[in-house]
Amino acid sequence: METLQGILADHPFARGLKDGHLALLVGCASNIRFEADQVVFREGEEANQFYLIREGKMAIELFAAERGSINILTLTEGEVLGWSWLVPPYRWRFDARAIQSTRAIALDGKCLREKCERDHDLGYELLKRVVPTMEERLQATRLQLLNVYEVHT
Amino acid sequence: MVPESWCVRRLWWETDDTFTFELTPENGRTKFHFLPGQFNMLYVFGVGEVPISVSGDPAKAERLMHTVRAVGPVTRAMGSLKRGTQLGVRGPFGTCWPMEQAVGKDILILAGGIGLAPLRPVVYEVLAKRQIFGRVYLLYGARTPDDILYTQELPELMKEAKLQALVTVDRAGRDWTGNVGVVTTLIAKAQFDPGNSLAMVCGPEVMMRFTLRELQKRGMRTDSVYISMERNMKCAVGFCGHCQFGSTFICKDGPVFRYDQIQHLLAIREV
Repeated sequence: METLQGILADHPFARGLKDGHLALLVGCASNIRFEADQVVFREGEEANQFYLIREGKMAIELFAAERGSINILTLTEGEVLGWSWLVPPYRWRFDARAIQSTRAIALDGKCLREKCERDHDLGYELLKRVVPTMEERLQATRLQLLNVYEVHT
Repeated sequence: MVPESWCVRRLWWETDDTFTFELTPENGRTKFHFLPGQFNMLYVFGVGEVPISVSGDPAKAERLMHTVRAVGPVTRAMGSLKRGTQLGVRGPFGTCWPMEQAVGKDILILAGGIGLAPLRPVVYEVLAKRQIFGRVYLLYGARTPDDILYTQELPELMKEAKLQALVTVDRAGRDWTGNVGVVTTLIAKAQFDPGNSLAMVCGPEVMMRFTLRELQKRGMRTDSVYISMERNMKCAVGFCGHCQFGSTFICKDGPVFRYDQIQHLLAIREV
């Protein structure tokens, strides 16, 4: 049977982590499963966890009055959901929902923040993984904002 | 330079603002041979003429199809043509997608919005000779689920599993269970060998720029990526200069270009 350490080591987020750091992550990790249409978190709630998606599909959504929930990004296996656990005031900025049955590794952000305060190398390794994701999503969002498929005369 | 007379056989709307029509010849001609990526100049008599990529199957030369986005007076007039109406056709013009160079390689077909239309002939050709290519991906982005083209065909292609088709939209409501995000986010989901791949990209220019950046991040060389450019065209034969792009003419040196040969021009703001 696969261990949590093995499952975590296989996820793109954790690849390349030294054994010691991987062990620290495992200490804050657990397996989790979401049913289709299950809400993972809502905007404004405390952001104490983040998720490494193993299988399935999640939607990041924004609720707007008169428009309802708008799906602004979907994430699938190998991707990371959530970085608000790293950024004060540690509150979710969006909603997240499982579009289909999804398996993930849940990482306790509060636990990891405390470990990073004690071990700055761990903190740096996590930032090296989170920041490129932020950069990619920022670039993608900028392209989305341009509304490139609109006719421009 | 003189248009041939063709007749509208049928016309159907793919989305609110985009339609496909099928033309039949009137002059005794029975076939129209073209290469994937080429375009025709279509003339609505009394209204005007516009360049439109051929979007049909190159192997079915007796059917001439175009997919058109109704954005101006000529294309809007085209969208209201009835069966049997005459249309002028000049062509085919321009360069084609590099199907011969793609043999034996993994292929990425990357399209944004109406950019799928000039790439659809590539899809047909790949499916007809599937065994001579490696892994094949169609990565397609549209603004919303209602703007996705060829909604009857795409699911069939995915079902046949001859190619992997990944579709995404820029935004969607709760009832959409597909991908949401710009088309560049699909590149990370494709498993291909960057050292032995060929990418064909068509869509809004800024989308192509972002796409090219992602492809290079994945290790693709600029001489393995081809793009289709668009500019206002009038003569389509390199005389009038309307489509001049630096030292090239989109109508005769393009519309399909190898990226490394056009890259320096794309970086210039006013060309």
